[in-house]
Amino acid sequence: MKYFEDIQVGDKYALGRHTFTAVDIKTFARRFDPQPFHMDDDAAARSHFGALCASGWHTAVTWMRLMVDYRRRMDEVALAQGESIGEMGPAVGFRNLRWFKPVYVDDTVDYTAEVVETRPSGSRTDRGLVMVRGDGINQKGEPVLTFLSTAFVERRTSKA
Amino acid sequence: MFAGMPKLCWEDFKPGAVTEYGPRRVTREEIVAFAAEFDPQPMHLDEIAASTTLLGGLGASGWHMCCLLMRMISDGYLLDTSSMGAPGVEEVRWLAPLRPGEEIRIRTTVMETRASKSRPGMGLTKFLFEMLDSAGTSLMTMTTTQMLGRRYPEGPR
Repeated sequence: MKYFEDIQVGDKYALGRHTFTAVDIKTFARRFDPQPFHMDDDAAARSHFGALCASGWHTAVTWMRLMVDYRRRMDEVALAQGESIGEMGPAVGFRNLRWFKPVYVDDTVDYTAEVVETRPSGSRTDRGLVMVRGDGINQKGEPVLTFLSTAFVERRTSKA
Repeated sequence: MFAGMPKLCWEDFKPGAVTEYGPRRVTREEIVAFAAEFDPQPMHLDEIAASTTLLGGLGASGWHMCCLLMRMISDGYLLDTSSMGAPGVEEVRWLAPLRPGEEIRIRTTVMETRASKSRPGMGLTKFLFEMLDSAGTSLMTMTTTQMLGRRYPEGPR
C-alpha cells in the first residue's frame, strides 16, 4: 500500500466482481448466519425475500477479500518499481453499513472503494487514519451494499 | 401461539434487557482458515509476520469477529425469533485483538424498539452487542437494528 501521505480524498479503487453461487451462499450461511432464508430454497421462497439470498456478512467479507487482493497487486507493482510500501491496517471499525437489496443466487456484485477522509492519528504519530467508503453494485446497476471503514495507514515519515 | 410460530417476536424484546451468550473458544485454526478465505493479511495468518504489525501478534480478522458474533447470536436467540434480517449495521468498533484460544461471550442489550411505519407486520429492534474475552474485556462493540415479525400486527406492543 502507498503511505498515508500518498493517499488523497477522492482516490477510487475498482476492486473487481464476484458472483454468488447457491453453494457458496449456503456454505457461508451454515458457518456464520444460519437463518432459513440464507440456507434453504423453500424457506427462502416463503420468506419476505422471496428467494434464497446471501448473508449480508457474506457480501461484506467479499469486499474485504477483493480489497486485500487489490492492495497486494498494487504492492507488487510498487515493489517491482523499487519503491517501499507502507503498512496498512488494522481497521478500527466501520459504520453506516447498509444492505440495500438482497443478493440473490448468481447475482454478480461489482465492488469499489473510495477514500472519503484522511487525518493524522491522535494516538500514533507513525500512522494516519484513512476512511474509505466501500460499495457493491449488482449486475442491474442497483446498490446492494455500502459502508464507511476506517483503518490505520503507515506514514512515510515513520521510516525517515 | 400455535405450532410452527417462532417463540420470540418483536414484542418480546424490551429496552434495557441484557442477555449473555457463550462462552465459545476460538481456535488458531479457525482464525487462519477465515483469514485465508476472506481477509488474507499477514496479521491474521502468521505469528511471525503478525508480530511486527500494530496487532502485535496473530489476531482474528475483524470481519471474522463480526461473523462469530452473528453465529453466536443466531444460536443464542435469533433462530428462535421471527427474524426478517437487518437493513444494516450502525457501527462496529474493533477495540482489542481476538487472540487464538480465547473464550468469548456476547453480551446483548436491547437499546430501543419501534414499530415499522411501512410494514404493519414488522417491528425494528436496536441492539448493542459486545464481544467480551474471558477476563471481561470488551474486544468489539456492534450496534445494529434487526427487523422482527410482530405477534400482533397493528396491535399493542
